[in-house]
Amino acid sequence: MSADLERTVADLGLGQPARIARVGGATPLRRRLLEMGVLPGTMIEIVRVAPLGDPIEVRLRGYALSLRREDARAISVEPPA
Amino acid sequence: MTRHVLLAGNPNCGKTTLFNGLTGSRARTGNYPGVTVERRSATLALPGGSKIELVDLPGTYSLTARSAEERVAVDAILPPQGDPPLAVVVVADATTLSRQLYLALSVLETGLPVVVALNLMDEARSLGLVIATDELASALDVEVVPLVGRTSEGRAELLAAIERAIAKGTTSSRRGLELPAEAEAQLGHVAQVLKDEDRTPRSEAWLRTRAAWALLSIGDDELSGVTPTLRAAVAAAHERVPALDEMIIAARYARIDALLARAVRGNTKGIRSATERIDRWLTHPLWGAVAFAVVMAALFQALFTWSEPLVGGIEALVGLAQDLVHALVPDGPLASLLADGIVAGVGNVIVFVPQIALLSLFLALLEDSGYLARVAFVIDRLMRGVGLHGRAFVPLLSGFACAVPAVMATRTIESRRDRLVTMLALPLMSCSARLPVYALVTAVAFPREARVFGVLSLGAVALFGMYVLSVVATLGAAAVLRRTVLKGETPALILELPPYRLPVARNIALAVWQRTAAFVGNAGTVILAISIVLWGLLSFPRSGEIDARYDAEAAAVVGESREAQLAEIEHHRSEDQLGVSLAGRLGRAFEPVIEPLGFDWKIGVGLIASFAAREVLVSTLGQVYGVGSDSDETSTTLHDRLRAARHPDGRLVFTPLTGLALMIFFVLAAQCMSTLAVVRREAGGWGWALFMLVYMNTLAYVVTLIVYQGGRALGWA
Repeated sequence: MSADLERTVADLGLGQPARIARVGGATPLRRRLLEMGVLPGTMIEIVRVAPLGDPIEVRLRGYALSLRREDARAISVEPPA
Repeated sequence: MTRHVLLAGNPNCGKTTLFNGLTGSRARTGNYPGVTVERRSATLALPGGSKIELVDLPGTYSLTARSAEERVAVDAILPPQGDPPLAVVVVADATTLSRQLYLALSVLETGLPVVVALNLMDEARSLGLVIATDELASALDVEVVPLVGRTSEGRAELLAAIERAIAKGTTSSRRGLELPAEAEAQLGHVAQVLKDEDRTPRSEAWLRTRAAWALLSIGDDELSGVTPTLRAAVAAAHERVPALDEMIIAARYARIDALLARAVRGNTKGIRSATERIDRWLTHPLWGAVAFAVVMAALFQALFTWSEPLVGGIEALVGLAQDLVHALVPDGPLASLLADGIVAGVGNVIVFVPQIALLSLFLALLEDSGYLARVAFVIDRLMRGVGLHGRAFVPLLSGFACAVPAVMATRTIESRRDRLVTMLALPLMSCSARLPVYALVTAVAFPREARVFGVLSLGAVALFGMYVLSVVATLGAAAVLRRTVLKGETPALILELPPYRLPVARNIALAVWQRTAAFVGNAGTVILAISIVLWGLLSFPRSGEIDARYDAEAAAVVGESREAQLAEIEHHRSEDQLGVSLAGRLGRAFEPVIEPLGFDWKIGVGLIASFAAREVLVSTLGQVYGVGSDSDETSTTLHDRLRAARHPDGRLVFTPLTGLALMIFFVLAAQCMSTLAVVRREAGGWGWALFMLVYMNTLAYVVTLIVYQGGRALGWA
């Protein structure tokens, strides 16, 4: 991956925490994510990957959520401050 | 009149456990009008003696709705017509408060009397969370009742708090949504549009909450009944303030974060060592797959094998009841209606009860323990290839046993479109009722000594082929449906993986009971009605001439083998009567249609009768070939009779090619009234059930036609 591309949750390594920078994607996906607390500024990390490599399980706000990698790409991240 | 109190909460917050704990087994179940979302309610007495109707809303993370089904919650809380609820109890899982309070805040903004039930306090305590409930209560301006839904801890306090909230009935300005000025202006615009287009006078809080709802729900939605004016106003608002939705949501979370920083201490990361440890095994690439296979095999075994003695018992009881009718009622149309119409029809309904109850039991255990979410997590990748959701796996697998419980199991899939795709495709899975048909056809049509590759019997290969065909057809149909009639973007899989919990026996028992009762009460009546119609088709009209002829023959029978001869006469009597019945006439009328598939009118009669249940083909062929309707697929007399059957031009009827065509037809055709009845119930109307009937039968006809005619062109018999 080249450095100028935005990093997303899908690019995170297992157990590597990051801060959510921006939530994009189609309106329904974006709103659903936002309402579940996937908001800019929130810390997120991948805690598990499904046996077939997709979906992934992420942890945020004290709970676990499973997302497809494709949808996880809608969540841009930055290194934890 | 009893007015209602709503129970709202996130999925997996223990809301159903609390509802069951509060109401015992008195709940009434049904659907919300117009949608197949289950509505459960029960009457409840408050400590002061007044009675309320407690309604369990579907679990939801927010009030936002993009479809009619998701709209149930917001419409119950802010009804467009009729009385608003007396109060709303928001059940919140104390261990994941940050997300849980999002829903609570959305409900508080309505200004309705609210009580927050802080559930799973035992888990919060053992996780090391310390929650200052009084701090939460004063900041939110509502009563916050800590409780444990599995036990009675906090139950009395909750009821008292509901009563106080109703009595107080006030709203508070402290509960409103606080937005940045630019967002506030847009919210005001939309609220004004709502006010102008509504004839009912609404409170400020009502209008503001509805406006926030509209701003978060409208746009890329499937909502009906949204006026073009409102749509335009919402679109304009988003145009003017680009991240308006994010601002509204962030405003709520900002409030939550500030609140939790003051009110919660301890292990706020919510790391559960037990769940982590279990998941390390159950979602492990190897051991997870093994566990998955074991659980699914057990489920399959239960549906296929464990239900067998129960089904056998029910069939035996139905047989006894039929004998009893014949013993009590003199022979004639009335006895036949009672025994072969009504008793058999009731039997057709209750014969599904063991499998439905078993599958409901498994699903409730898997769901409540938290494993069902992991099933979706593990298998989603495979299912997505054909446009299905990870949650479709269990219903599809269950389809191998019986489509009826499997269709009911699709309720665990949240998205309506995904559910419909699964429901419409899974009757193609080769269910256990097809087995007797395969067994009979392979025994009759394929030479016993024929081998494939020298070792495998041709019959076994054909049987295996039917299972492969059924899986390919199911997945193919799902993929096609997803790209055509049920087109739409694959909804995001945003799946909460709840912590593993020990299921509560009472919840499981109630779930099994409610599912089963719903089937018997609703789909059951349709099945009974169709059973009686089928009985009529197969029994009428009767020919007096045929009866007179066989009566005379029977009267002439003498000698040692009298019993056997009489039975033989009765078999021929029913053969001839069936030939002149409506079903017999229909079979003949349809012969030109099914003739290109290699079927004659006798098979046509079997196809009509097997609409009751596929295995009925066997007994109907027994009847139509004069072997008696009590024949089963192992009857050698029936085998011999079928092998000898010829078309009028002298060709054999049951050639290997016809056998193959008949089996393929049975894999693909929708010829099970019970499946139709249950699809009608679960899809919310006859439309989808009829669609299924048409698409499956067209598919069956075309494929069978190609195979039969292709086979003939290749010179097979």
